[in-house]
Order: sequence, then C-alpha cells, then structure tokens
Amino acid sequence: MSVPLLQADALSVEFPVRRGLLRREVARLRAVNQVSVEVRAGAVLGIVGESGCGKTTLGRAMVGLYPPTSGILRIEGRDFATLDEAGRRQMTRDVQMVFQDPFASLNPRKRIRQILELPFEAHGLPGGEARETRIRELVELVGLAPEHLDRWPHELSGGQRQRIGIARALALAPKVVVLDEPLSALDMSIQSQVLNLLVELRQRLNLSYVFISHDLSIVEYLCDTVAVMYLGRVVESAPAAELFASPRHPYTQALLAAVPNPDPRRERPGRPLEGDVPGLLNAPRGCTFNTRCPRVEARCRENVPELRVIDTEGPHLGACHLL
Amino acid sequence: MIDPVDMRSDPLLQVDALVTSFRTPRGTLRAVDGVSLSVERGQTVCIAGESGCGKSVTALSVMGLLPDVARVESGAIRFNGVDVLALPPAERRGLRGRALAMIFQEPMTALNPVLTIGHQVAEVFAIHGTAGRREAREKVLALLRQVKIPDVERRYDEYPHQMSGGMKQRVMIAMALANRPELLIADEPTTALDVTIQAQVLHLLKELQRELGTGIVFVTHDLAVVAEIADRVVVMYGGRVVEQGSVLDVLEHAAHPYTRGLLAARPRPGQTRHDGHRLNVIPGTVPSPLVQIDGCRYQARCPRAQARCRVDAPALARVAQGAADGHAAACHFPEGGLA
Repeated sequence: MSVPLLQADALSVEFPVRRGLLRREVARLRAVNQVSVEVRAGAVLGIVGESGCGKTTLGRAMVGLYPPTSGILRIEGRDFATLDEAGRRQMTRDVQMVFQDPFASLNPRKRIRQILELPFEAHGLPGGEARETRIRELVELVGLAPEHLDRWPHELSGGQRQRIGIARALALAPKVVVLDEPLSALDMSIQSQVLNLLVELRQRLNLSYVFISHDLSIVEYLCDTVAVMYLGRVVESAPAAELFASPRHPYTQALLAAVPNPDPRRERPGRPLEGDVPGLLNAPRGCTFNTRCPRVEARCRENVPELRVIDTEGPHLGACHLL
Repeated sequence: MIDPVDMRSDPLLQVDALVTSFRTPRGTLRAVDGVSLSVERGQTVCIAGESGCGKSVTALSVMGLLPDVARVESGAIRFNGVDVLALPPAERRGLRGRALAMIFQEPMTALNPVLTIGHQVAEVFAIHGTAGRREAREKVLALLRQVKIPDVERRYDEYPHQMSGGMKQRVMIAMALANRPELLIADEPTTALDVTIQAQVLHLLKELQRELGTGIVFVTHDLAVVAEIADRVVVMYGGRVVEQGSVLDVLEHAAHPYTRGLLAARPRPGQTRHDGHRLNVIPGTVPSPLVQIDGCRYQARCPRAQARCRVDAPALARVAQGAADGHAAACHFPEGGLA
C-alpha cells in the first residue's frame, strides 16, 4: 500500500488547566487521546462526534496549529517533528485548513484581495502579475468573480465568505485540506452550493480532505472513511458505507439513531440515549462511554477498551469490550 | 374572559394575515408579510425556513415579545377565539407563561446566570400566583423530575453554568410547562444542541405533549426535524407562507419549488457522492427584505419562474398534490398543478 498523505499516529494533544491567582497548572486536559487516523491521496476522511469530543483539536493538530503532546504526525511518511524549518514550511503549504465560521475567520479590515494575498506573503512568494493572475484564478475556482476581490468581508454573504475561506486554503495548491465544520454556519440552501463546490474541487485538483462535522447525513454523502470520536478517543472507524450500514460501537449506534430522518413515515426509534457527555476532566474510569452505554458491563468500568480491528475488510475498527 | 363555547369550536391558535414590520435606519421592512396559520389542541405545527424568512418573528408576534423597533401592523392573532392583539397589556401578560409559553434556541442566554435553577423555575409560579413559597419548592422538584433531570434535589440549588446545554434546555422546558400552557412556542429549541441531546429533547417534548395535550408551534430550519415531530408544516420564504399542509403532504408531495429545492439540497440516508449523485442547488441567496420585489419573492431563484411570476404575487391556494388535507402553495406553477 502507498504511504498515507497525512497520518496521525497515536496522537495526543493536552492543554494545561490553570486555576487561582498564580495560574498554577492544576490538571492536564487531554483533548485528543492516542488518536490514529490517516488520509490517502484523493480520499475524504470524515471525523464525527459531538461537542467536546476533540474533533476540532485533532483537525488543528493535523495542520500543525497545536503541537502534539505525544504521538507522531506524518506527512507523506515523514515525521513532522523531525522536519527542519524548510520542511515545515512546505508541510504548511501542503496541508491547509478551512474554518467553521466564515464571519470570524476573515479579517474584517482587509479587502478580499489582501486576504488572498496573505498566504503568498507569509511564504515569501513573488508578487506582481503572476500573483494577481493566481488570485483571479482562485476566486473563479470557487465560483466568485474578480470584482469580489475589491470587496470587504462584510459585503459578502455567508456562503460567499466561506468560498473565500476555501480559496485562501487552496492558494498555495495544498494536497490535503482540513475542513472544520465548513457548512454548519451556512443556511440550508447555501450548504449544498458549498458542498457541491467541495466535491468538484476535490475531483478537479485531486485533493484529499479531512472533513470534520457533526452533520452525519453530509458525512455519509461526502466521506470515504469515517472515524467516530468520543471524549478525545476514536471509538470506531470504517469505510463510510460500512459504518452507516452496520455501526458496531454502541455509541455510533446511538449517534446514528439520534440523527433526525427526513422520511416522515419512518418508524421512530424508541428511547434515545440518556445522559450527557461527561466533562473531560471527570471522564469515567474504563471505557469513557460507560456512563451512557445501554450495554455496559462490569469490565467496561475497569478497563479502557483498545481500538482494534473487528473486521479486516475495510478495515473496520472498534474500541469496545463487547465487539 | 374566554367563552367556553368558543373553546370547543375555535382552533387553539389562529393567525390571520399577520403583518409585522421593523423600523430600521434604511426604512421599514416587513419581516412577516401576511402570514396565516392555525394550530389545534395537541397538535404540532412546524414553521420551517431559512434565516430571515420571518419564522421567529411570527413566533414572537404570537407571544407578544417583539422588540421595541417592531410592531404588528395588521392582521389578527386569535387564541381560543380571543383576539390577543385587542387585549389590554396586563391581560396579555397574564397569558404569557400561563396559557402561552415559549422556549428559545439558546438556553444559555435565556436563563439568568446569577439565580439558582430552583429560584428561576419557582418564579414562574410566584408571578402567576399559582403556588405559595413552600408549595413552590415541591412543585419545582416535581417539574424538574418530569423533564427528566436527574438528581433534582442537588440541581435545584445549582446555577445555570453548572449545567450542560441539554440540561439547561430541560430547565427552560420545565419553566415553560410550569403552568400547563395550552400552547408552547419552541423557537429552534434543539439547534444549539448535539444530536443525541436533540433526540432527547424532541422525545421529551412529544412525551409531554401526549401527557398534557399541549399545542406546539415548533420553529426550525431543519426539515429532518420537521419529519420527526410535525403534524403540519408551514414553509416560509421572504416573510410569506409559500407552502403548508400535513407533514406527509409537504415532505412527500412538496408542491412549491422552494420546498422541493430545499428537500433535494440535503443528502438522504444512503446517498453518497460515489453514486454520482449531486445535491440540488438553489442558486443565489435570500433577497433582502428591504428590497421591493414585484411578483413572487422566490422568482429570481426559481427554476420554474415565468413572466407572470415577475409581476403577479401568487396567493396561497389549494394544490392537487397529496391528500389535499389543506395542502396549499403560493405558486402559479406548483408541482402537480393547482387543485
């Protein structure tokens, strides 16, 4: 098999929790806990889970925005931590990010042209005619017109702003784009416009995506493989079709059952999953899902289940004692 | 105040040709432009649409909770047959929190951060004089249990920041249901919640509705949520109702091009890009309510628009599609034609 384009290998990201006058560190919060995922060329990896599951932190770590506490981030097989300055620069060009909120992620004091010039400046690339041509290409690539270059962010609609966010990510011709909830701030009729654009761009530019989302219908539609996260860990991962057709982990099953179904005749599932996601700082011992799991057993309260292969086809991985 | 004969013959809520406008620095805008709808006892009516379509303003108009810059220009809002717009302010206030209650999208901002949960819920009884101090505590605990809050004795003395979003929304529901309202207005109550918590809240609302016979107006942008809970659906666009009918008619036999466009814009379970399936795109964006548009407000984005649509605003009319149980669309050329 070929080397994955981007790979997280047992990656953990921790944040210090500081309290009191002296801001002493009282605990460490492990937002991403030993996560291993990979993206292959041209593929779309979906990362799903509810608030606080660590999906955004994982995404940011994958573009190098958060340094991992442990584990390895590899880009085309090379360990990011061992790269020299030039290697890191190249890596940040190869792996780009689109943020959730197109209102917060564009500088309101800069015109669209300046926003799109920034990646070139940051990487010390030549300006002039060539850059201008490239920037015009970029706005057209995302379905806008060159006249938008002279506008301010506030003059654009949410959908147009998100297109600029995408154009900025594509400016330096990356190989992988990490998309963190790129549609969730948009209205329904605009979401499909942007989603179709992402599908087209992937095909045209042979891009790979890491698509972080809580919207499972869109993940099923877009992704090739899916990793489900709960409290910082991957609890299940499989090819998308397999995961949606036969989820194995009790959390994935509950999550899919909770998704509202657009068919008004569908038999509604009975009791929904009870309780809330516990906070990371008071995560339960053993399997972190044991406080809500309908199939919990004694061993689930003692031992953390390892993520392991439950079906070599795919492969389909699960972290549950009962699988 | 309310004639008992009317109570049987009239719908619980009847909104007629409601027009609500906002004063803005750039002129007056009609956020709600001639909306009519009705809700029966024990029924859930969803108002669906995108941001700016007027769905929340319709809800706030019914509650009488419009901001100062907005006012109801014309139309009628009848609750059990009584025109609430004609009621003196004190009487209208008396309805709110008692016969008429509301829950909001952001339970985080709707609760007072400096008061305990118990205190805030008890206020609902105090304001309406429906329970004394000592009695109130017991009633609050019973209510919190009813909305499935675990460990209520401890939660009673907690502050909102100590609770999760889902728990706070349950507290909001408890407050709304405290005086057993006849009508509950829920404005995107699950939009800020995670999907498993959304499922819990929807389940809870349906359960309480069965128990109490409450009529529910549920405002949402999510047609899948509509499929989960609605009996009837009102689809709004640009301040107007573009389609309404039973949930089966509207979702399975949508007649208005906008409703059809929205339904086709979301992937259905099992659909993937690998099948070569492309999602429907509604071109353009929602027009600004400040812009005067002749004819149909949707025409600029409509794949079926013809010359007539640009001059002649369509009225809501019965369509041939579906079971025809009050299935209507505001379109000159609805799918399947007019009835």
